[in-house]
Amino acid sequence: MKITIERAALLRSLGHVQSVVERRNTIPILSNVLLRAEGNELSLTATDMDLEIVESAQAEVLRAGATTAPAHTLFDIVRKLPDGSQVELEASAESGVMTLRSGRSNFRLGCLPTEDFPQMSGGEMAHRFSVSAADLRTLVDRTKFAISTEETRYYLNGIYLHAARARSGEAELPVLRAVATDGHRLAKVEMPLPDGADGIPGVIVPRKTVLEIRKLADEAADRIEIGLSETKIRFTFDTVVVTSKLIDGTFPDYERVIPTGNDKLMEVDARSFAAAVDRVATISTEKSRAVKLALGKGVLTLSATSPEAGSATEEIEVSYDSAPLEIGFNSRYLLDITQQIEGEFARFSMADAASPTVVRDVADGAALYVLMPMRV
Amino acid sequence: MRHPELDDLAIAHVDCDAFYASVEKRDNPKLADKPVIVGGGRRGVVAACCYVARLYGVRSAMPMFKALEFCPDAVVIPPDMRKYAAVGRQVRGMMTALTPLVEPISIDEAFLDLSGTERLLGGSPARSLVRLVRRLEQELGITASIGLSYNKFLAKIASDLDKPRGFRAIGRAEAESFLAPQPVSLIWGVGKALERRLEIEGIETIGDIRERDEHWLVSRFGAMGRRLHRFARGQDDRRVEPDEATKSVSAETTFNRDLTDAEELARRLWPLCETVARRMKAGGHHGHSVVLKLKTADFHLLTRSRRLDTATQLAEEIYRAALPLLEKEADGRAFRLIGVGCTDLDDGAPGRLGDLLDAERDRRARVEHAMDAIRARQGEAAIVKGRSLPPTKPR
Repeated sequence: MKITIERAALLRSLGHVQSVVERRNTIPILSNVLLRAEGNELSLTATDMDLEIVESAQAEVLRAGATTAPAHTLFDIVRKLPDGSQVELEASAESGVMTLRSGRSNFRLGCLPTEDFPQMSGGEMAHRFSVSAADLRTLVDRTKFAISTEETRYYLNGIYLHAARARSGEAELPVLRAVATDGHRLAKVEMPLPDGADGIPGVIVPRKTVLEIRKLADEAADRIEIGLSETKIRFTFDTVVVTSKLIDGTFPDYERVIPTGNDKLMEVDARSFAAAVDRVATISTEKSRAVKLALGKGVLTLSATSPEAGSATEEIEVSYDSAPLEIGFNSRYLLDITQQIEGEFARFSMADAASPTVVRDVADGAALYVLMPMRV
Repeated sequence: MRHPELDDLAIAHVDCDAFYASVEKRDNPKLADKPVIVGGGRRGVVAACCYVARLYGVRSAMPMFKALEFCPDAVVIPPDMRKYAAVGRQVRGMMTALTPLVEPISIDEAFLDLSGTERLLGGSPARSLVRLVRRLEQELGITASIGLSYNKFLAKIASDLDKPRGFRAIGRAEAESFLAPQPVSLIWGVGKALERRLEIEGIETIGDIRERDEHWLVSRFGAMGRRLHRFARGQDDRRVEPDEATKSVSAETTFNRDLTDAEELARRLWPLCETVARRMKAGGHHGHSVVLKLKTADFHLLTRSRRLDTATQLAEEIYRAALPLLEKEADGRAFRLIGVGCTDLDDGAPGRLGDLLDAERDRRARVEHAMDAIRARQGEAAIVKGRSLPPTKPR
C-alpha cells in the first residue's frame, strides 16, 4: 500500500475512528486501525468488537493494499503535523512496518497483519429508514443523560429505540420513540415514525454507540440512514458507517412506571428554576446533592442544608394551586432534565413526596421526563 | 518517679497492657492467674495474650497452634470485638478529658499531646498521666503503660520499656546516648528487610546510623534515609493529629479452609454485611460506596468497589451491591479471606432515592427496619434472614 493524503482529511477521519479504540486493550489488534487503499480512497476501520466504524477519505492511491497501524499513535502523529501538509503512507505486507512521511518528518510504525483484524459480520439489515440529523440529535440529547451505567441492570445501559403509537387527542399517531432510564429518572422522546420504520423491533442501542453517533451527527449532512436487524444497528452518515451490536436484553415495561394521575401541577419558568436549583445546590453535600422543594400557592421555596456547609433557601414565583407539598430531589437530576427544556416553561406533575414526578416542556409535547423524589 | 526533665515533657504514648486479655480477666476473675489467649480458629492467630501466657513464650500475632504448643494449658477465648470496642471508647473518653489532641493508633493505644494543659489540669503532663492510669485501673479495671518524651518517636519507644504498668520518660539530654546502643529495629518502619540491608552496610545500632551523613542515607534509602537520619538523633517533628472522622466501616473473616465455591463465599459474605450494617446504624453513617475484599489462597489481596446510587446503612443493600462483585471474582480461585465494607461515608441524612423499576426496594428497607426493631427488644438472634441458615441438602 502506498498513498498520499492531505493531513486535514486524514486527521478528520482518524479523529472519528480512534475514539472507538479503547485506550487499554488486552487484544493488541484492537488498538489498531485498519487502513485500506483502493481506487481513489483510503478507508479506515476501527472496532472494539461491539462497535465498528468505517470511514472513507479521498486519497491519491499509488499502490493499492492494506495494513493495520496503532490508532492512537497514528492520530497523535497526524495531529502534530503542520496544517496543510501532505502525508505519505507506505506499507508492505512482508515488512510489518508502515512508513509515514510528511515534509521532513519520518515515522516507522509497527503493523499487524490485516487478516487478524476482526470483521464485524455485516449481515442483512432487514429494516431501513432515514432520519434528519437534527431529529437524531434531539432523540439522543433528550435521553442520553438518563442512561444507566450500572452493570447489573445491563439492559438499561442504552437507549431503547422502538416504534410506538402516541395518543394525540382522539387520534393515535405512529412514532419513533427513544427511552432511557436508570431507575431514578426516565426520559422519553418521540418523533413522527419515518417511512420504512413501521414494524421495526424494539432495540437497545448501547451507550458508547449513542455517544459516538451523537458526535458524528454534529458534522453530518441532513439525512442519516439507519439500518436495523435483530442484533445490530447501522448508521450511515456521508462518508462514515457505524455498525453496532445491540444490547441483548429486555427493556422494562416503562409505560407502567409513568404516572398518569398526578394532580398537583406546577408551572415554572425553566431558566430561572434551573438557575435557582443550581445556586441552592451549592450548599447541599457533594455526596447527596439533595434539594427540597416546598410548594405553596403561587410560590416555590427551594432549600438545601448540609451539616458542614450551612443552609440556603430561595423563593421563585410559580403557578401552583394545589395543597401545599414538600418534596426532595437530587439537584443534579433536576438540572439534567431542566437543561433539556428549550421552551419557556416547565410543567411538574406531582402526587406526593414519595411518588414519581412527571416533568414536561410546556411548549414541546414530544418529550417527557419522570423523576423519582429523594426522601430527606 | 524522678527525671530531671519530667515537667518539660508533654508528648505521651499510652498503650494498654494486653488489652483484650485484660478485659477478659476483668470480666472473669477466675482467670486472674491463668494464662489467657484471645484469638481463635484453627487457622487463627493470637490477637492478645496476658502476661502469664507471655511467660511461656506466647506472643501476639503468633499462629494459634504454635501458641498452644508453648502453652498447652492456656485458656483460649474467642475475641469479642464489640466488648473491646466499648471499653476502647471509654479509654478514649478519659484521654480526651485531658486534651483534645489525642491521636489513636488502635483501639487501645494513642498519642497524646499535653502541651499547655498544666494550668487547666492543675499539674504537669506527667502528673496528669499518672492520674489517667489510675482512673483506667480503678474505673475500667485495665492497666496501661506510658511513654513520655518530647516527640512521638521517643514516646512510643519509652512506653514499651517497662511494660506492663510502666511509666518511662526520655528527655532531650539523654535521647542520643539512650538511642546509640539500641538496635535499628527499634525505629518505626525498620522491618526485617531494611534491617538486613542496613546490616550489609555495617549498620546494626542506631549509633551506627548517626555516623553516616544524611546524603549517604538518602541516596541509599530514599525518604526512609531521611527519617533514619533524624530519628537517630532523637528528632521527630510529626505532630499529634487528633482522631479524624470515621472513613469506612468494614468486617472480614478468614476461613478455616480455603473456599472456591461462589455460593459458599456468598454465605460467608452475608453475616459480614449484617455486622457492617449494625456498626453503620450504631454510628449513624450511610455509605455511598461498597467495597469487597478478597484474599486468594496465595495471599493476593483483591479489592473491588461499587458506588451506590443512594447511600445506605442496610445489610440487604450492602449485600446486593457486594454480591455481583463477588460473583465476578469467584471464578474457581481459592480464597482464604473475605471482607466487605462501606466507604464514602455520609454522617448526615443523605436521603433515599426510590427506584422506578424496583418497587421491592422500599419493602426490603422496611423489612430490615422491622428486623432491627425486633432485635433491639429480643436480641440479635431473635430473627434472621433465611440466608443466614445453613443450606439444606437436596433430597
